[in-house]
Amino acid sequence: MSGNETISIEKSTDDAVENGLSRLTPQRVSHVINQVLHQETGARFKAYVDTCMRCGLCSDACSYFLSNDRDPSFSPAAKVKQTIWEMLAKKGKVSKDFLRRAVHIAHLECNVCRRCSMYCPFGIDIAYMMLLVRRICHKLEITPQYIQDTVNSHSVTMNQMWVKEDEWIDTLQWQEEDGREEFEDLRIPLDKQGVDIMYSVIAPEPKFQAGLIYQAAVIMHAAGMNWTMPASPGWDNSNMAMFTGDNEISGRIARTFFESAARLNVKRIVMGECGHAFRSTYDVGNRALSWAMPPFEVVHAIEFYHELLTAGRISIKKKFTKRVTLHDPCNVSRGRGLHNMARKIVNMTCSNFTEMTPNKEHNLCCGAGGGVVNCGPPYKKERMVNNRVKAEQLAATGAEVLIAPCHNCHSGLEDIIHHYKLNMEVKFLGDILFETMEKKIYRPEE
Amino acid sequence: MGPMVWISALICIFGLLVKFILIIKEVYEKERYLLSYITVRHSLRSIIAWLIPFYPRSTRMRPVYYGISYLFHVLLFLLPVFLMSHIVLINESFNLSWPAMNDTAADILTIGVIFALVFFVLRRRFIPDVRFLTSFMDYILILMVLLPFVTGFLAYHQVILYKWIVIAHVLSGEVLLIVIPFSRFSHMITAPLTRAYTGSEFGNIRHARDW
Ligand code: SF4
Ligand code: SF4
Repeated sequence: MSGNETISIEKSTDDAVENGLSRLTPQRVSHVINQVLHQETGARFKAYVDTCMRCGLCSDACSYFLSNDRDPSFSPAAKVKQTIWEMLAKKGKVSKDFLRRAVHIAHLECNVCRRCSMYCPFGIDIAYMMLLVRRICHKLEITPQYIQDTVNSHSVTMNQMWVKEDEWIDTLQWQEEDGREEFEDLRIPLDKQGVDIMYSVIAPEPKFQAGLIYQAAVIMHAAGMNWTMPASPGWDNSNMAMFTGDNEISGRIARTFFESAARLNVKRIVMGECGHAFRSTYDVGNRALSWAMPPFEVVHAIEFYHELLTAGRISIKKKFTKRVTLHDPCNVSRGRGLHNMARKIVNMTCSNFTEMTPNKEHNLCCGAGGGVVNCGPPYKKERMVNNRVKAEQLAATGAEVLIAPCHNCHSGLEDIIHHYKLNMEVKFLGDILFETMEKKIYRPEE
Repeated sequence: MGPMVWISALICIFGLLVKFILIIKEVYEKERYLLSYITVRHSLRSIIAWLIPFYPRSTRMRPVYYGISYLFHVLLFLLPVFLMSHIVLINESFNLSWPAMNDTAADILTIGVIFALVFFVLRRRFIPDVRFLTSFMDYILILMVLLPFVTGFLAYHQVILYKWIVIAHVLSGEVLLIVIPFSRFSHMITAPLTRAYTGSEFGNIRHARDW
C-alpha cells in the first residue's frame, strides 16, 4: 500500500464548512493559523511536535484506525501530520482543500478521547492538538453546521438546545407532578438556597428525555437528599463550545454554571450521567476560569449512586437479571477513574454481568464523543464505519443489555447497535437503579 | 584525539541543558498553570511504568518493535561508554577510568545495534502506518546513528582503510553529538517532560493510569 493512499469512504462536508471556506482569504488563513499555533500555545505544544518520533505506537489506540482496517491516515500521529505538521511547515499558507480535510480530521475523525496518549511512549497529547485544529477552524468560521448551532444556542440561552426559561421550569414542574402521583411528597425543589446538592443535567434531558429527570427526582426523594435545581440559566452542564475551540463561549458557559451553584449556595454539584459535561465542569471549564480545580465539588452520577448504595440510603429490592455489559465512557474512566465504582454499582444491582474487553482506562470510545455526534446527520454514515471495532467488541459480550453511564455514549452506541443489528438495549445506570431499587423513603433510624 | 570530540560533547550537553532551561522558562512565562497540575509522584509513577519493559499495554501490542527498540536504546548508551578503546582515550586525556566491556561482547552488541537500525529502516518502508508518518528526515536521523556504529565496527576489525575509517568514525560521532540538541534526538530530554505532564494529568487530575 502506498503511504499516501487516500481513503475510500466518502468524506462529507456541509454548508457551514463550505460557505466558511468560500469566505476565506489566504492572508486570513495564515494569520489565524500562526496566531493560534504560535501565540496560543507554548513549550508544551512545541515539545509534542518535536518529540514525536513517528514510531506509530499510537496507531493501535485509535478506534478509527482499527475500524478502517489499519488505514494509515487514521493513525493518531497521522492526523497531526495531515494538519499541524503541515501548517507549521507551510507557515500557515495552506489551501482550502487542505482546510476542508483539516476540519474533517479534527471534527469527525477524532473523538478527543485521549486514548492515544496512553499508547504513545512519550504521552503526547494528540487530542490537545486536534482541539487546536478545531480552534483554528473556529477562528476561520469553518466549524461544521450542527455543532456550531449548539454553540450558538449556548451563547444565547446558556443551554445547548435552545430550551427557553419557561420551558425548562414547566418541564421540571411537569415531572414533579407526575412524580407526585406515585410519591405523595416528592418535590423537585427549584432555586432552593443553602441546600446540600445542586443537581444539574444536560439540555437534551428537558428537551427529549424528561423521564430521566423524573427518575433522578425519585432517587433523590427515596434517598432523602436535600437538593435543588436552578430555575434560571446555568442549569445545563454541557458545553459544546469546548469541542469547537470556542474558548470564549466555553468560559462563559462554565462561569454561568458555577455561578448558579454559588448563587444557590450549595455544598456540591451532582450531575446526571453525561461524560462530556463532566469533562467540561471537572476538567476544562474550571481551567478556562483560572480555577486549577473546580470551585465546587463536582460529583458524577456514578460516584453519587455509589455513595447512596454504600451508605444504605438506597437499597436494592431485586437485582436485574438480564445479561448486562458495561461501557466505560472515556470522560469518566480515562477522564476521572470512575470505572471501578461503576463496576461495583453494576455488581450491586445486576446478577449477570459480563465484561467487555478492553475496558476501564483502555475502553474504546463510543465514536460519538468529543463532539463528533454533534456534527449531525451529514456525517452519520461514516461515524458508523469508523467505529466497527466497538460493534465487534459489543457483539463479543453476548449481553442483552448494555449499560452506558453517559448521554453521548448512549447516542453513539444506539446508532452502532442499530447499524450493525446487534439486538442490545442501551440503559443508563440510573435506569437500572430505578428499576431495582426499593422506592420507600430513606429514614436513618430504620 | 583532537579537541573537536570534547567540543562536540560539550555542545551536546550544554545544548540539551539550554533546551531544558528554555522549555521551563517558556512554561513559566506562557503556561504557568501547567505547573499546578504536575506532581513529582505522578510524574515518576508514569515514567517508571513506561520504563518497565512490556508493562504498558501499548508495548505489548507491538512486542517485536518495542523489544528491539528498548534494547537499542539501552545499548546506544552502554556501548560507547563502556567500550575499551573509548575508555583508554578518556584515560589518556583526563586520567579517568572505569571498567570496560569485554571486546567480543561489544562487537556482538554493535552488530545488534546495526541490525536494530536496519530493522527500523525496514519498518519505515513496510509497515503502512509507520511509512505514512515517515519523511526523508527520519532516514537521515537513522543514518546519523548508523554511521558511528558501522565505522566503529569496521575500525575495530581493521578491515579496510583503517585510518580513513577511524576519521569517519570520529567525525560521524561528533556530528551525531552536535545534532542531538537541535533535532528530534532531543527527545532524550523532552520525552521525560511530556511523559511527566501526561502522567500527572492522568494520575493527579483524572485518577487514571496512563500505561
Ligand atoms: S484522541 Fe482518540 S479518537 Fe483521537 S486520535 Fe487519539 S485515540 Fe484516536
Ligand atoms: S506513538 Fe507518540 S511518538 Fe510515536 S508516532 Fe505516535 S505520537 Fe509520535
